[in-house]
Amino acid sequence: MDKREYQWAWLMVLPVVLIVAFSAIMPLMTVVNYSVQDIFGPDSRFFVGTEWFKEVLRDPALHGALVRQIIFSAAVLFIQIPLGIGLALCMPKKGIGVSFALVLLALPLLVPWNVVGTIWQVFARPDVGLAGVTLNSLGLDYNYTGDSLDAWFTVLVMDVWHWTSLVILLCYAGLQAIPDAFYQAARIDGASRWAVFRYIELPKLKGVLLIAILLRFIFSFRIYAEPFVLTGGGPGNATTFLSQSLTTMAVGQFDLGPAAAFSLVYFLIILLFSYVFYLTILNMDREG
Amino acid sequence: MGSRRRYIFLGLWLVFLMLPIYWLVMMSLKTNQEILSTFSLWPQNLTVDNYIKIFTDPTWYPGYINSTLYVLMNVVISLTVALPAAYAFSRYNFLGDKHLFFWLLTNIMAPPAVFLLPFFELYQSVGLYDTHIAVALAHTLFTVPLAVWILEGFMSGVPKEIDETAYLDGYSWPRFFITIFLPLIRSGVGVTAFFCFMFSWVELLLARTLTSTEAKPIAVTMTRTVSASGLDWGLLATAGVLTLVPGALVIWFVRKHIARGFALGRV
Repeated sequence: MDKREYQWAWLMVLPVVLIVAFSAIMPLMTVVNYSVQDIFGPDSRFFVGTEWFKEVLRDPALHGALVRQIIFSAAVLFIQIPLGIGLALCMPKKGIGVSFALVLLALPLLVPWNVVGTIWQVFARPDVGLAGVTLNSLGLDYNYTGDSLDAWFTVLVMDVWHWTSLVILLCYAGLQAIPDAFYQAARIDGASRWAVFRYIELPKLKGVLLIAILLRFIFSFRIYAEPFVLTGGGPGNATTFLSQSLTTMAVGQFDLGPAAAFSLVYFLIILLFSYVFYLTILNMDREG
Repeated sequence: MGSRRRYIFLGLWLVFLMLPIYWLVMMSLKTNQEILSTFSLWPQNLTVDNYIKIFTDPTWYPGYINSTLYVLMNVVISLTVALPAAYAFSRYNFLGDKHLFFWLLTNIMAPPAVFLLPFFELYQSVGLYDTHIAVALAHTLFTVPLAVWILEGFMSGVPKEIDETAYLDGYSWPRFFITIFLPLIRSGVGVTAFFCFMFSWVELLLARTLTSTEAKPIAVTMTRTVSASGLDWGLLATAGVLTLVPGALVIWFVRKHIARGFALGRV
């Protein structure tokens, strides 16, 4: 759709710009300010240049958190996207089952994030939790508070529980938008189920899948409350991800300078990935 | 894939989704003694003591009121500012529109942890610390861009000819927007409100940092109470169940629009 050139449209956008600028630009400037200063008190601060950035980029603890974060986000995308597509294909097309399934699917998305941690804590504890007790009685030695691998596994399953629904709902909406005529044509041609998926459904899902990948990437990359409540980042720091390292640094140890430098690096990483996604989406909008 | 096998797969998934919630509800109906001593799939001695405790304790329900208040404020603010902006983005080209749109989106991407400290200082310096409006404003950081994004998707689906006809008929922009355009994107507005509700309701890192007593959200009341009195599993589970209720209610009301809503109007 071709749009009209109209500079007064800025007036309509102005309230949004003001309100977001208040919440985004001023705090961001504070962060930039902190990241180049050493602050001892309100009246004694020194300019330190790129000192904090160097320190943060060399910090082995943060390297560890970054590596864990990348592995986690990759695992999340790798599991949730195919699973979400698969389950969306299983959804009934119409009937009373649809509303019922949709409401149940959406439920985990509306649970406050720290309560997600609580739910899984209660569910997975080896002493009182349903999953924990069941796994142990099956002869598996499962204890997510003591074993790093179990903790990882639990955090990952929790995230799959929490967020796969988002992918399912997106894909389901995409599938609903495919006209019946496409399927009829495929039936006349004698196309196999796989061919229908590969040449009709998957191309039509491209748009929503990109949104799904973008949102899943962003939200998994800044995960905080769920693992914090469930494992506290442990055992050791096996499930400490970037947001938690940052919060510990800023609020726990009050290392303002390094924390601010870390914030900026963290934000830039997300921005970079997201920009690539955004360009891809924009290009697709133009083509399709 | 046969349709029966598909439904079995989907059914198993729904069971997996509900199992942790089922367990939470069961725990909330048990006594602590039973939770710790015996393991059973349902309560042997059904008790609603935990619920009575929460509903009669005045330290608990302000949490619910606080959460509801700032979430509602956030939804109202977000919709009010996002509606005209989304219209501008969907209908006009103006200087820097693409860059502005991307800048807005970057705020959805920003990790809240980054803004923790600056927000704390900012709201303290303007005297808004520990008020509902502070949390609502802080949440607009991601709900407003999200609202603009979703509404823009829905508005782009409305043919431009409708606008032009209305202007030819002598409608002013505000009158056209409120009496003709808004009813057309009704479901889009509903979906947007739902998303603002959702993201404001589930976010706690900022809400927790910006409040101490007056505007403390329920989920924070919950964790603090629990850590103060040691691990009271029954009470913890009950509080958890009660935080699920508002979300479940809202989903029920928007169930017809959920699917298209989650695609952000972009299908």
